[in-house]
Amino acid sequence: MIKIQGLHKKFGKNQVLSGVDLEIDKGGIFAVLGPNGSGKTTLIKSILGMVVPNKGSISVLETNIKNSWKYRQEIDYLPQIANFPGNLRVKELIRMIKDLRREQGNEERLIDLFGMQPFLDKKLSTLSGGTKQKVNILLTFMFDGPLMILDEPTTGLDPASLIRLKELILEGKQKGKTILITSHIMRFVEEMADEIIYLLEGKIYFKGSIEELKNKTGQTDFEHAIADISINSADV
Amino acid sequence: MFKILKYSFYDLIRSRWSYVYFLFYLALGFVLLFLNNDLSKAVITLMNVIIVLVPLIGTIFGVMYFYSSKEFTELLLAQPLKRSTIFLGQYFGVAGSLTLSLALGLGIPFVLYGLFRSEAIWNFSLLLIIGSFLTFIFTALAFNIAISNENKIKGFGYAVLLWLFLAVIYDGFFLLSLIVFEEYPLDSFSLAATMFNPIDLSRTLILLKLDISALLGYTGAVFKQFFGTNLGLTVAMGVLLFWTILPVFRLAYKSKKKDF
Repeated sequence: MIKIQGLHKKFGKNQVLSGVDLEIDKGGIFAVLGPNGSGKTTLIKSILGMVVPNKGSISVLETNIKNSWKYRQEIDYLPQIANFPGNLRVKELIRMIKDLRREQGNEERLIDLFGMQPFLDKKLSTLSGGTKQKVNILLTFMFDGPLMILDEPTTGLDPASLIRLKELILEGKQKGKTILITSHIMRFVEEMADEIIYLLEGKIYFKGSIEELKNKTGQTDFEHAIADISINSADV
Repeated sequence: MFKILKYSFYDLIRSRWSYVYFLFYLALGFVLLFLNNDLSKAVITLMNVIIVLVPLIGTIFGVMYFYSSKEFTELLLAQPLKRSTIFLGQYFGVAGSLTLSLALGLGIPFVLYGLFRSEAIWNFSLLLIIGSFLTFIFTALAFNIAISNENKIKGFGYAVLLWLFLAVIYDGFFLLSLIVFEEYPLDSFSLAATMFNPIDLSRTLILLKLDISALLGYTGAVFKQFFGTNLGLTVAMGVLLFWTILPVFRLAYKSKKKDF
């Protein structure tokens, strides 16, 4: 699915990623975790080709992504901050994305699921943060690619929508998709993730299941185990 | 690329600024015709306005659009689209809608005044062609500045400076060098110096076509000799085209290397 070798990225003097090696070759939910500024978003954006790495190679679905763009057809990406062109209406945005991807989407079901009907004719600049995030989710989940990348998907959602989002993610998993999620909500991660990828100072510090992480850190609670990594590594 | 162009164009057509720009030219056209009461004279006055104003509006609008469509760009970047497609599509969307505002805004009053029955139609067409060139050139330069500067204030600053330099300061230097080196033959120098500035080039081209090259004084004869011929006109148009293509290529190149 995804194969990353020796990925380096520097923004000015700030070394964000320094030698990330990662291989994901099966379906399931993978949580990319790490403290603020550890390079989660940069890693995700590198996979999407929005950030150009200084060194290293990335392959998605067996193709090297350098100078390539067609592979993004297979990726459904949910960006961290849901900002859309404000002049457009929700309906127009949905139509535009479908047109640009040359793909049919199953947006009808999602519109019903999140109760978006009353917002379809509203301009995007007038929507609240939570509603924008619902539009964001709708745009991501209406396609059926084998790879899904969700950057902080829970931001601003009410509890009912959060439950629906979780159902959608699990449904994707059952279809055998590979789903990458970043989140700072540990309960959400613990509930959803099959595997944890922990980034620290631009490297992968830990990759494995939640059980393995608990064993490694000697903690019984997941949240404490994660906190344990950052505290202990700060000592080193 | 045409899909992006379509959506950018569509987005702009619905924005207030396109109408402001359109209405401004519409008003300008009517006022000039009303004051001059003569098509040819109105065309000459219009030239002076277009030469300075079109580059300014292209520059400001280009920078503004680039920065304000950041979200749209990021949305597009995650889609299966080539990068150069995204940026070129946006560029042609902006430049296209500005050109349309210009052509319609000026075209309507002149046509109503009886442009098609007048001798001035060729001069007017040349004016519109040059206006379109200047729009495309300066929007491309503005996009180049914006893509190289993450900081909006800096980007705006450089863009305005570029306009100021090409529209005003360049002429100052040009005149100064003509005075300083007046003892030397300056024919080829002044020809070359004119080529290097799209605004000067446009101005010279229009003045010569309108047959008021006497305004150019000393170098007027040289220019007339050169630009007056078909070869001269072709070369001048070629240089304008070159001024358009070069920044567009740089934009496509830069867009491939940028991080978002």
